[in-house]
Amino acid sequence: MWEYVTERADLIAFQAVQHVSLVVQCVLLGSLIGVALAVLVYRNPKATALANGMSAVGLTIPAFALLGILLAPFGFGITPAVLAVTFYAALPVLRNAVVGLAGVDRATVESARGIGMTRMATLLRVELPLAWPVILAGVRVSTQMVMGIAAIAAYVLGPGLGGFIFSGLSRLGGANALNSALTGTTAIVLLALVLDLLLVLAGRLTTPRGIRV
Amino acid sequence: MSETAPAPSAGPVAAGDRHISGVPIRLDGVTKRYPGQEQPAVDDVTLEIAAGETVMFVGPSGCGKTTLLKMLNRLIEPTSGRIHLGDEDVTDQDADQLRRRIGYVIQAGGLFPHMTVGTNVGMVPRMLKWDKERTAARIDELLDLVGLDPAVYRDRYPRELSGGQQQRVGVARALAADPPILLMDEPFGAVDPITRQRLQDELLRIQEELGKTIVFVTHDFDEAVKLGDKIVVFDVGARVVQYDTPERILAEPAEDYVADFVGAGATLKQLTLTRVGDVDLVQVTTAVAGSPSAEAVAAARAAGDDFVVVLDARGRPISWPTVAELTRTATVPQTVDERLPVVGLRSTLNDALDTMLAASQGGVVVTGRRDGLAGVMAVETVMAAIQRSRTEAAG
Repeated sequence: MWEYVTERADLIAFQAVQHVSLVVQCVLLGSLIGVALAVLVYRNPKATALANGMSAVGLTIPAFALLGILLAPFGFGITPAVLAVTFYAALPVLRNAVVGLAGVDRATVESARGIGMTRMATLLRVELPLAWPVILAGVRVSTQMVMGIAAIAAYVLGPGLGGFIFSGLSRLGGANALNSALTGTTAIVLLALVLDLLLVLAGRLTTPRGIRV
Repeated sequence: MSETAPAPSAGPVAAGDRHISGVPIRLDGVTKRYPGQEQPAVDDVTLEIAAGETVMFVGPSGCGKTTLLKMLNRLIEPTSGRIHLGDEDVTDQDADQLRRRIGYVIQAGGLFPHMTVGTNVGMVPRMLKWDKERTAARIDELLDLVGLDPAVYRDRYPRELSGGQQQRVGVARALAADPPILLMDEPFGAVDPITRQRLQDELLRIQEELGKTIVFVTHDFDEAVKLGDKIVVFDVGARVVQYDTPERILAEPAEDYVADFVGAGATLKQLTLTRVGDVDLVQVTTAVAGSPSAEAVAAARAAGDDFVVVLDARGRPISWPTVAELTRTATVPQTVDERLPVVGLRSTLNDALDTMLAASQGGVVVTGRRDGLAGVMAVETVMAAIQRSRTEAAG
């Protein structure tokens, strides 16, 4: 196995960078979408219920099935991979953002309005900062989950480490098949841990001292 | 700010030469109906509040007093009726702009937990685009005004403060842009009785300095009597049952409803009406912490006092050792006696008695402006006042 890895170090590194790049970009995009949707729904109980239902149901869709569906309109390549990964990335963030925003003390919001902050200022300067730790927890869950889903995206010829796993699995028993699959899997797990660590660090740096636990 | 000037034309102004920075408030047929409810929450209220007065809204819960208060800064939009602040009809003004000119204090201060005390206090000036130096200076000035040392508290976060301190910061934030009007929604409801009494004293002291128009919602009638120049007693639908001075509401409740609400023991209510500043205080020997004990002892013996009130560098009382205790030390001790019973000049005799009992002492130290020493009051003074009001009641 070690030999296998050292011989292909360049390729593995390249695919690892591709994988992380796909995940990071999709998580960023997904988080923006998730937070934006949460902002739209969290004041309205019905819309909140709908959003929560959507994220629960969305997470039960098998990644394979979604990628299969996306193949029809978009064909093989980056587009279906990005769409699927972003879709899954948005769901945990949406859920946590709704919970986080709804969890902001109403008295705090009322006092923000009461001293003359506009709706937008209240959202940006009070509600989102206070919900931030919860939202960030959603981003962490999302990143972990999407690391795995990005691997499956290799099925539609998306970029990343999933290629090693699929090529390994498709020729099980053949030379280096197991090595290939194991390399892909191990690399994904390691990268997931590194990303999580970075997010924890980002959390420490971006959470205001007054609400750190 | 277009209307910080006093408007002397409107209504009776309490004390003659008191500095007033508030403006009058006039409510004209203000009504709030919620969809799906038969009875309006606030039904056609017409009310006038004079500039610089503290008006207390009291009534049972659900009577609409809080709704009425929140319509003043349009956190709740009135269904109909007009609201005037000073000479301005603000009913249709931009609500956000309006609120920056009205201080608003809620329970526990409503501070933003993710911002420092300084940032919290500076919120409104920043929204009004004051420059940095002016805002910073104002923050320090206000923290000082509410009795918090800016150097110590400016950069702390709300959760690092006690409930009473948070409430002070809430008041400081509300006063930041020097609004003519202060709305307070049961601000002292969540703190312990001793802290509440201190906060009340502080508010009275601040109000004496600033002369804002204050509208204050409370369910505590004693608080209303203590703080209010006037009290409005509400019934359901925010019906104004009686609007008068505390003295007159206690003496002549307009309806049985008010009498019930005011409660029995109206004689002892006189204790709530009489202020510490209204009775004769005893002047005692003082000594600055750190000065030679011998001088203080000599001064106390000369004056015939058996104890000395120790002041800190800013003239605030910190302890009151007996002469015997002082003779055992070389210099007057710097230690702050946490159990020193202190009340303000505007505290009621009731507060003073409470404080004495809580500290198991036969007297209290009285402080005036900026917590400086005003004198000492003995328990006998309270007793005399009780005796006097009982005699009055009997005669």
